[in-house]
Amino acid sequence: MNKQILKKITSNQLFIPLMALILLAVINLINDPGFFKVTVGTNNAGNPVLSGYLITILDYGSELAILAIGMTLVTAASGGQDISVGATIAIAGSAMLRVLCGGNSRPETIKAPIIVAFLVACIVGMLCGAFNGMLVAIFKIQPMIATLILFTAGRSIAAWINNNELPIVPDPKFAYFGGFIPGIPIPTTVFIVIACIIVIAIVLKYTNLGLYTQAVGINENSSRLNGINPTFIKFLSFVILGLCVAVAALIKVSRLSTINYSVIAKDIEMDAILAVALGGNALSGGKFNMWASILGAYVIQFLTTTLYKFNVQSDALAAYKAVVVILLVIFSAPTVRDYMTKLTKQLPMFRKEAA
Amino acid sequence: MRQESVRTTAPRFLKEIEVMPVEEKQVLTMRGINKSFPGVKALQNVDFTLNKGEIHALMGENGAGKSTLIKVLTGVYSKDAGTICLDGKGEVQIHSPQDAQRLGISTVYQEITLCPNLTVAENMFIGRGEGRLVDWKSINADTEKLLKKLDIPAKATQQLANCSIAVQQMVAIARAVDMDCKVLILDEPTSSLDEQEVEKLFGLMRDLKAMGVGIIFVTHFLDQVYEVCDKITVLRDGQLVGEYEIKDLPRVQLVAKMLGKEMDDLSDIKGENAAYAGKDADEKVFEASGLQSNAGIKPFDFYIQKGEVNGFTGLLGSGRSECVRSIFGADRVIGGHVKVHGKEVKISKPLDAMKNGIAYLPEDRKVDGIIGDLSVRDNIILALQVLTGFFKPFSKAKANAFAEEYIKKLNIKTASADTPIKSLSGGNQQKVILARWLLMHPEYLILDEPTRGIDVGTKVDIQKLVLELASEGMSVTFISSETDEMLRTCSRLVVMRDRKVVGELSGKDLTQNKIMSTIAGGE
Repeated sequence: MNKQILKKITSNQLFIPLMALILLAVINLINDPGFFKVTVGTNNAGNPVLSGYLITILDYGSELAILAIGMTLVTAASGGQDISVGATIAIAGSAMLRVLCGGNSRPETIKAPIIVAFLVACIVGMLCGAFNGMLVAIFKIQPMIATLILFTAGRSIAAWINNNELPIVPDPKFAYFGGFIPGIPIPTTVFIVIACIIVIAIVLKYTNLGLYTQAVGINENSSRLNGINPTFIKFLSFVILGLCVAVAALIKVSRLSTINYSVIAKDIEMDAILAVALGGNALSGGKFNMWASILGAYVIQFLTTTLYKFNVQSDALAAYKAVVVILLVIFSAPTVRDYMTKLTKQLPMFRKEAA
Repeated sequence: MRQESVRTTAPRFLKEIEVMPVEEKQVLTMRGINKSFPGVKALQNVDFTLNKGEIHALMGENGAGKSTLIKVLTGVYSKDAGTICLDGKGEVQIHSPQDAQRLGISTVYQEITLCPNLTVAENMFIGRGEGRLVDWKSINADTEKLLKKLDIPAKATQQLANCSIAVQQMVAIARAVDMDCKVLILDEPTSSLDEQEVEKLFGLMRDLKAMGVGIIFVTHFLDQVYEVCDKITVLRDGQLVGEYEIKDLPRVQLVAKMLGKEMDDLSDIKGENAAYAGKDADEKVFEASGLQSNAGIKPFDFYIQKGEVNGFTGLLGSGRSECVRSIFGADRVIGGHVKVHGKEVKISKPLDAMKNGIAYLPEDRKVDGIIGDLSVRDNIILALQVLTGFFKPFSKAKANAFAEEYIKKLNIKTASADTPIKSLSGGNQQKVILARWLLMHPEYLILDEPTRGIDVGTKVDIQKLVLELASEGMSVTFISSETDEMLRTCSRLVVMRDRKVVGELSGKDLTQNKIMSTIAGGE
C-alpha cells in the first residue's frame, strides 16, 4: 500500500519540479534561516509593500510563468519550440510604447489609454504568433527554424517601430503593472499571473483545446482522420503564445516605463523552453501538464534568485544555471526515472511489502 | 539446382553454416520463463524449444504472450525467472537486443524497423560496423549479391523509402539473414506482403531451414502455418498450451487450442449473412458518382444501401483503401458527386463525412488510428468529442461512462481506461478504434482491413459484429485481404484492378473463383 502511494507520488509529473523547489528551499534555509522572511516596507512612493526573497521570486518569475503557458501549448502541438518570444516581447512592448507616447520620446502625458496600448500589443503579439504559426502549420517548417526569423529580426523591428528612440511613459499608473498598486502590498504581477492561470484553466476545462493539442502532437494523421484540423490547432497554439508574449511585454515594459531593445527579455525564450522541460513535458510534443510547466518557471526563477543570493556574478550566472539544469533534466529523463523505480523496487523495505 | 546457386553466391558465413550437419539438435531452449507487468502475468512458466533447421510457428491470440516471449528472447524485456540456453553456449543472459544479436538471434518485426532515408546497403550495414573502416564499394557489392540471391527487386544504392513496403520487409529479412544468425524470428512478416511475395519469402525460409537456421514464425495466417511450418507451439493467456508436430494438429484443433474452447465454426455466420442482405434495399445511404481523389485512383461510382454489407476487393495496391479514403474525405477529393440519403453533399475533409454519419476505421492502425500516448478513454471518445464540438467537452464522468461501456461491450482487455492505448495488444487497440467509431453511432461504417494483424478470436468477433450492426440497420463497407473473410460478411463486392473498379459481384456470383477471375481480368 505504502509502495503504491510512493509510486503514485513519484510518477506524478509535478514530482520533479516540486522536489527541485523543496531542494532549493532547503539549501537556502541552511544558508540563511531568514530566507523566507517577508517584511513590510515602504517603496519610493511611500506605499506599503511586501519585500523578501520569496516576493522577488514570485514577482520576477511572472513573465516566465506566463510564457510557459503558451510555450507548453506550442511544444505539445508542434513538437517544437518558439525561440522568438524574447524578440517578440520587444516588438509588442515597442508597439505599446509607440501607442502610449505617440512617436514622441518624451511626452508630457500619455497619448492613448493604457488599455488601448495593451490591446494593440496583444494584436501585435498575436500577429507575430500568427506569422510563426503560419510558417510552422501551413508551410511545415520546423518550429525552431521558422521562429529563427523573428528571433533574428525581432529586435530590429522593435527599434524601427519607435525610430530607434527610447520613449519614456510619463504616467505613473503605467508602472503599476510591473510594480505595485498603491495600497496593495503584493506585486501586481502576481495578480496578473493568477488571472492568466485562471483563464487557461477555464479554457482547458471548458474547451477541448487540451485534448486536440495533445492528439495533434502525438499523431497528426490520426487526429485529422478524427475530424480535427491539425493545421489550425498548431496555428492556434502559436497565436495563444503570441497573446502570452503581449502580457509578458506589458509587465516587462511597465517595470522600467521604457524599453531597451537589445536587452529586454533577452534569453527568456530559453528559460521558457526550460520551464516546459522541467515540468516533465516531452519537448517532442504530445502529452502535456500545464501546471508542471508553470511550476517549472518558478523553479528557474528560484534558482536565479538563489544564485544571486550566493553572490554569483551575473556573467557567470548562466554557467551555474546550466549545471543545475543538466542535473534536473537528467533526473526527469524517462530512462533515469525507470531506473530509479527499479531501484526503489529492490530496496528491502519495499520488497517486504510487495511480498 | 537451387542449392547449387546458393553455394556459389551465398556470403561466406552462410556456407559455413551449411557444412554443419543438419540434425535434430536443439538450438534454443527456453525453460520456465516468467514475466509480469503491473497487473498482468504476461508469461507463466513457459517452455519453448527450437531445433536446428526447423520452422516453428508460435501461435496464440492477442495477449497470449507471443510478443512478450519474443521480446524476452531478444532482450527487449528482461525475464523475471527462467533460463534460456543456446546451442554451444549453454545458459545465456540476454539483457539487450545487441546481446541477442551477438548470440545469433535476429528478428524481423511486422513494422519495418529500418531507416527509410538511408539506402538499402546502408540499412544492411548499419549497426554492425563496430569500429571498422567503412568500405562502401565492397558493402554495396556484397549487398547487391545478397539481394540478387534472395531475388529481392531492389538496388543496393537505392533509398529504402523508394521501395515498396513489401520490398522493405524483404530487405529487413535479408539484413537479419546476412547477420550470422542461428535463430531467426519472423514476427508477422507476411501481413503487408501479397501472395507472390509471401511465396518468395517462404522460398527464402526453406533455404535457410536447409542451412540449419532455426526459424520462429509468428503469424495470424493459418494457411501459411500449414504451408511452411514443422512444429507449432501454442500459448494462451501467458501459459504454454503445448507443442505439436504440424501433422498431428488439424486446423480446427489449433484454433480450438488457441481460443481455449471449441470454436463455433466460422462458416456458421455465413448462413446468417444471407438473411441480412438486401434488407431495406431501396434506401441508398451513400451514393457517389465519378468520385476521384488525389491518390491516383480512376473515378468510380459506388453506393451502399441501408443495412447492407459490401466490400472492395482486389490485390494489394489495387486502390481499395484509396477508394474508401476518398469517400471519407481522408484524401483530397478532386472530382465527383456525393449523395447521402439522396441529398447532394460536399465531403472535402473527414469532419464533413463524420457530420454525415460516416465513420472510417483506417487500414494502418499505428499511423492513422491510435493516438499512442493518450489513454484508452480519450481514444474512445475522440471522434464523438470532435463531432460534439470544441466548446462542449464531455465531463469526466461522461467520458468514463462511454469508455467503460465500450470496454465491456467489445471486451477490450486493458488494465484500466486510463492506460495509454499504445501499451495494449494489437487486437485490443483495434477494438478501441472500433469503439471510437461505434460510439459515434454512424449510419455508414467503413472498415479498412479491420482484421489485419489480429488474432483469430478477435477476427471472428469483428466479423460477427459487422453482421450484427448491419442487422440493426447500419451500412458497412468491409475490406480485407482475406477473401474468405469478405465472402463470409459481404453481400456485394466491388472488384478493383490497377486503381480502377473493374466489376461488381453479388448473389451467386460471390465465389472465390469468380472473384479471382474478375481480378485477373480474363474470362
